[in-house]
Amino acid sequence: MENFTPVSALIGGGLIGLSALVYYLGIGRIAGISGIVGGLMTDGTGRPIRAAFVVGLLLGAAALFYGYGMPPAVEMQVADWPWLVVAGLLVGFGTRLGSGCTSGHGVCGLSRGSLRSLVATCTFFAVALVTVFVIRHVL
Amino acid sequence: MKSVLTSLISGLLFGAGLAISGMMNPAKVVGFLDMLGNWDPSLAFVMGGALAVSFISYRLAAARSAPLFATAFQTPTQKQIDPRLIAGAVLFGLGWGIAGLCPGPAVAALVTGTTDILIFVGAMLGGMLVYRVVLER
Repeated sequence: MENFTPVSALIGGGLIGLSALVYYLGIGRIAGISGIVGGLMTDGTGRPIRAAFVVGLLLGAAALFYGYGMPPAVEMQVADWPWLVVAGLLVGFGTRLGSGCTSGHGVCGLSRGSLRSLVATCTFFAVALVTVFVIRHVL
Repeated sequence: MKSVLTSLISGLLFGAGLAISGMMNPAKVVGFLDMLGNWDPSLAFVMGGALAVSFISYRLAAARSAPLFATAFQTPTQKQIDPRLIAGAVLFGLGWGIAGLCPGPAVAALVTGTTDILIFVGAMLGGMLVYRVVLER
């Protein structure tokens, strides 16, 4: 467990929670990234709000990455592009079909006490655990 | 205008949180998902920290009739556990396990200029577009 970073994980998590708080108390929306990004393609009226969130997301990440070296590196589990394409398609299609991802279901949904989000979160965590097990220990 | 600015600030906090927590690095996420390997519990602490703070926000919101800069709270109305929810979560979990990337960290990690991230995000947007064209009519 030498890679375990509990303090930065808690601080970073707290900021993500704070983001959900600002988004909901400020404009009454659920801070789910798949919904925000996917909604940019469909919903005309909410587009400026969603675009502003994505711009903020990029600026926030860039400030920490280039200003403070956080995270220190971006290391891929799979680097073959066909696998990245398959994974990307699955994540894009799956999060839209299932109405949410780690943020919308995992953070916002669970803290709202949504049963749908609880079921979705347990499902995608379980499938991801099995997938990583197969990639790391079986293949 | 206030709503757009609020959204920008919310995005900034989210991006900073992803970077500080290390979740922008797929290896860190896979380190959590690989429980039988050299396990890194950090992701659970990220979720815990996020849940604690967002839990408060929904309690605070319950006492209000409307958000500060919009006319109404837009909470999901669907309550049913339907096949779409499960199938979507399964497909997402599969992709998440393969790449170690979910939508937030993937978009945030674009700023690193890594080609692999660019390919992943391109495909992810493609998957969202396929959903829109095929199912959201």
